[in-house]
Amino acid sequence: MSAGTTAGSGTNHRRSTVNRLSAENVTLAYDQRVIAEQLSVEIPDNSFTVIVGPNACGKSTLLRALSRMLKPSEGRVLLDGQVIQSMPAKKVARTLGLLPQSSIAPDGITVGDLVGRGRYPHQGLLRQWSAEDERVVQESMARTGVAELAERHVDELSGGQRQRVWIAMALAQQTPLLLLDEPTTFLDIQHQIDVLDLCAELHEEQGRTLVAVLHDLNHAARYATHLVALRQGKVIAQGAPKDIVTAGLVEEVFGLRCQVIDDPETGTPLVVPAARTARAKGAGEKVGATGVS
Amino acid sequence: MKTNRAVRTPGGLSVRLDVRALTVVVLLLLAALTASVVLIGTGDFPIPAGDVLRTLVGEGDPGQEFIVTELRLPRVLVGLLVGASLGLGGALFQSVSRNPLGSPDVLGLGQGATAGALTVIVLFSGSAGQVALGALAGGLVTGFAIYALAWKRGVHGYRLVLVGIGVSAIVTAVNGYLLTRSDIVDAARAVVWMTGSLDGRDWDQVWPLLALCAVLVPLVLANSRGLRMMEMGDDVSYALGVRVERVRLLLMLAAVLLTASATAAAGPVGFVALTAPQLARRLTRSPGPNLAASLCMGAALLVTADLASQRAFGAEQLPVGVVTGVLGGVYLLWLLVTERKAGRI
Repeated sequence: MSAGTTAGSGTNHRRSTVNRLSAENVTLAYDQRVIAEQLSVEIPDNSFTVIVGPNACGKSTLLRALSRMLKPSEGRVLLDGQVIQSMPAKKVARTLGLLPQSSIAPDGITVGDLVGRGRYPHQGLLRQWSAEDERVVQESMARTGVAELAERHVDELSGGQRQRVWIAMALAQQTPLLLLDEPTTFLDIQHQIDVLDLCAELHEEQGRTLVAVLHDLNHAARYATHLVALRQGKVIAQGAPKDIVTAGLVEEVFGLRCQVIDDPETGTPLVVPAARTARAKGAGEKVGATGVS
Repeated sequence: MKTNRAVRTPGGLSVRLDVRALTVVVLLLLAALTASVVLIGTGDFPIPAGDVLRTLVGEGDPGQEFIVTELRLPRVLVGLLVGASLGLGGALFQSVSRNPLGSPDVLGLGQGATAGALTVIVLFSGSAGQVALGALAGGLVTGFAIYALAWKRGVHGYRLVLVGIGVSAIVTAVNGYLLTRSDIVDAARAVVWMTGSLDGRDWDQVWPLLALCAVLVPLVLANSRGLRMMEMGDDVSYALGVRVERVRLLLMLAAVLLTASATAAAGPVGFVALTAPQLARRLTRSPGPNLAASLCMGAALLVTADLASQRAFGAEQLPVGVVTGVLGGVYLLWLLVTERKAGRI
């Protein structure tokens, strides 16, 4: 798929009922440990979908299944109407990109070289480095603000810069769908916002469909256009944050008593945990639930 | 400094060249060939380099021609091929395990091949050809054992090295047992084999190695782009469309075959597989598996070590394995110290 059609493909080929990426009744398990059963999730086209939930609820596992890292033991993940495992690896890689939690920058690699590796699915043995590759890499670095770091070694960079470089690599892949597994973990607050702003820009300006797993519920509510709340491998609620984020939902999903107010900056829901004393009073009724998060 | 250049044709084909890596490959090839020519001229009957070259192109006198083409050339060719196979095999292992210690020497492939060879020597008093087959089988079996024990869901850094060290310890014990069971003639033969030597190697060793390299080297190089991606972790490379399991299985199979057949031809020549990729990498200053440079470095290292041992101690006095072992041991210590300083151990 060429660069020109990438941005617009979501709207051009949009079908009213079927989205490009979905999981249908999947059972997800590592060896014998079952994480989720009969789970179905649709990723709305052109959305910035954020998956939230307590630790070990299966949100990263779901993302791994959507990105074909984990094969469902039952059910199927569909990409453009095809079972994702049955598609050629490079074809999937031109449609769907993933920024995993664990990535290793090879020793002594430069920023430009690392970002360039995102072009792999567009290359072949006799088409190793086209002018198009060069252009897209420059564009991706400019887009993420790392162009001036191109000659620097990745291991010299700060955590925030490094995450931008990895995002640039995923951008160079030029996929209409981009999946990010906890992209803000290990970053301090201004870099977390920085990365989320960048995601929002990619979503709004380039029309890419983004799916991210986030830990921070307030970040999720602020940035997501579509929120999926998971608990113990089940979808508890999904929809626009302002429609679904309520004190009741937060208590059900995270076992946390809280108030939900309007974010004074954006008007999106803002979760304010109840004071310790107030929660202590409620603890008698909700012993089991508080331990989950 | 940017050393990558892209060569493009109007038809839309493009090839990426790392100028520095290419220069390193050419220089290493020249070094290996120069050492080879000098090595052919070295021995009880010295021949000047000019005469060696004339003989190689078929214009030497008959006496020299016999010495060069029948006695010394095959030995040098075995050295080049064994060095190249070990260098390439080592680079593959280290790249897949993402660990400079994940090389066949540390993992016990050499010991495995030795066990195969010792079994043939001690229990069956087999011929040289049978010993080579035994070594090949021993290396392959060890390779598969390590793969089965360490490769479940990918290699996790030191897991491979630790499994390899365990396998290596077991096989070393078996080798010790086999030696205690042997009579003095077999034991002497076994010990010479275990040191790694190019002595008395002839065209019978050249052809199988050459055939294997002719098949495996292009196959491996064609998959090197996928291997480059795999340095960034299984998840990233999988997301980029590399069929990680397939590429890894294919390349490991190639690496085990290369290492085992090199060991079958020359015995367990120590540390070439460990050092060649690291030295090559320091010269190219490029991340990535540096496969071609490691191959050339291995060949250059082995013939140079053989040349050094013959020049210093005379032909047939000091097996090449001793030289590479001493040099490689020093290098391993240095590597451990620098890795420790870098906080990776």
